[in-house]
Amino acid sequence: MTDTQAAPAPSPPEERPAPRKAPAASGRRRARGENLAGYLFMSPWIVGFLLLTAGPMLASLYLAFTDYNLFDSPRWVGFENFTEMFSDPRWRKSVQVTTSYVLVGTPLKLAAALGVALLLNKPRRGQGFYRAAFYAPSLVGASVSIAIVWRALFSDDAVVDRSLQVFGVHVGGWIGDPDMVIYALVALTVWQFGAPMVIFLAGLQQVPRELYEAAQVDGASAWRRFRSITLPMISPVLFFNLLLETIHSFQIFASAYVVTNSKCGPADAGLVYTCYLYEQGWTNLRMGYASAMAWMLLISVGLVTAVLFWSQRRWVHYEEDIR
Amino acid sequence: MSALIHPARRRPTRSVLWHVGALLVLALVLYPLFWVIGSSLKPNEDIVGGLELFPTQPVFDHYRKLTDGIADIPVSTFFVNSLVLAFGSVAGVLFSCSLAAYAFARIDFRGRNLLFSLMIGTLLLPYHVLIIPQYVLFQKMELINTYVPLLLGKYLATDAFFVFLMMQFMRNLPRELDEAARLDGCGHPRIYWHIMLPLSRPALITSSIFTFIWSWNDFLGPLLYLNEPDKYPVSMGLKMFIDQDSAADYGGMVAMSVLALLPVLAFFLAFQRYLVEGAATSGLKG
Repeated sequence: MTDTQAAPAPSPPEERPAPRKAPAASGRRRARGENLAGYLFMSPWIVGFLLLTAGPMLASLYLAFTDYNLFDSPRWVGFENFTEMFSDPRWRKSVQVTTSYVLVGTPLKLAAALGVALLLNKPRRGQGFYRAAFYAPSLVGASVSIAIVWRALFSDDAVVDRSLQVFGVHVGGWIGDPDMVIYALVALTVWQFGAPMVIFLAGLQQVPRELYEAAQVDGASAWRRFRSITLPMISPVLFFNLLLETIHSFQIFASAYVVTNSKCGPADAGLVYTCYLYEQGWTNLRMGYASAMAWMLLISVGLVTAVLFWSQRRWVHYEEDIR
Repeated sequence: MSALIHPARRRPTRSVLWHVGALLVLALVLYPLFWVIGSSLKPNEDIVGGLELFPTQPVFDHYRKLTDGIADIPVSTFFVNSLVLAFGSVAGVLFSCSLAAYAFARIDFRGRNLLFSLMIGTLLLPYHVLIIPQYVLFQKMELINTYVPLLLGKYLATDAFFVFLMMQFMRNLPRELDEAARLDGCGHPRIYWHIMLPLSRPALITSSIFTFIWSWNDFLGPLLYLNEPDKYPVSMGLKMFIDQDSAADYGGMVAMSVLALLPVLAFFLAFQRYLVEGAATSGLKG
């Protein structure tokens, strides 16, 4: 980025290093040296950003308006890919599957994370052990191994099915059932609640103890203390987790692909967005259409992010608001 | 701490109840992990539908059969490939992300804020916008079916999480160290190499382990870029297993799953403190 020319009056960095003691002339020389050193240290990142992020973004924007099969040169088709998408029933299905996955999975995952974080919040013996053990699924959850385990656990007459039968619920195999496969995927993401949990724990540790003690003196119930102290005090952490988990959920691929036996079925019931994108791009070699799909994903994620940021003014309290 | 302030409020029965409750929840959460280990020691017919978690008479046939390999490829090949990719990734991340982190933390260069915003932006960018053009790029460069597409980004600091994590750590190191080194005539390269890197060891270890585990678990990258089975990492070896004997040989598949989980679980047990704290401070996702 040749930002030195592009920005004539760069805003000063928020936090300057120690004041410069050297006189102006050598100060200028030092500043030049700092710029050179900065760009040298940044050079791998800058090359990576241009080659693997900024360049590809522009390329995919261009490809989104073309018909491209990887071998013939791209043919400009204008908005055709986008108009086709809206009349493509499988695309609509993939949007619907992904939306329900995000809408059901993310709140459940955050609820599980917060619940266990509250359980582990008070100092107890073995706290470190519990914290680490609950975090473990987050590390292995995305692996093919666990996807295989999930397929076995949720198949007909297997553990999950039998456990539910004890309660008189009979579902059968979740993976083969178009109505249920999405919930098997939801269960897999909820199972990885350890990552948001440790972030919640870090947030809970910041809540001043005096607030609870004062509330207790006033006779506030546990639920009231949770609603009026804990929730507002951890709302910034809640917002952070919600943002990250939502963006993350939109991009689910490997688990859906493997759990559903590389078919994203049955009857497209497990057709998450990226599964369809993969199919269009690499099975049908429609790279233009897939690029257009990728841009729709980017726009949707961007919109959701914007809505979340907009909504945070209503429910996220930063410390100065409370005191 | 509050227990020290209110010693009277410590109630032993409540504490026992708490532990019983916590262990029950934990058992439920860790059940799938116990299940896969237990099942790998069961005869095939007991795996799906067998009620006990661990077999009374463990059988090791599934592991023994794995030595025949998958589709004529020795299982060790997949593991060697995964190790090459994982260690290659770790080296790249350590090199490139620490350089960028140092620049953000300690060098006052023009445009630093702009570059920083761009880097944070890449954190939130859905990866799928990039995979098609990246694939086209690597295809044009005839690098399909090599490890270059899977490794190049690691050497070019595209994992912004780690830049961020290392930067946060370096910013908290005392400035007096740099100032003293500067008075002694050290430039940035020496401060970076002799002062900041050694002091940033916790952040470097955390980044290394996460990189290793993510690379080990990666599925989409190898699925896109590799098409010769003898170059496959473990994740793709497992997928071959599924494709090859659909549903017939659950035992072999489960045994291979356990082997694939072992390195990750071993790293986790050895470094869980770094991993959990790293995740908590930076919001890293597993």
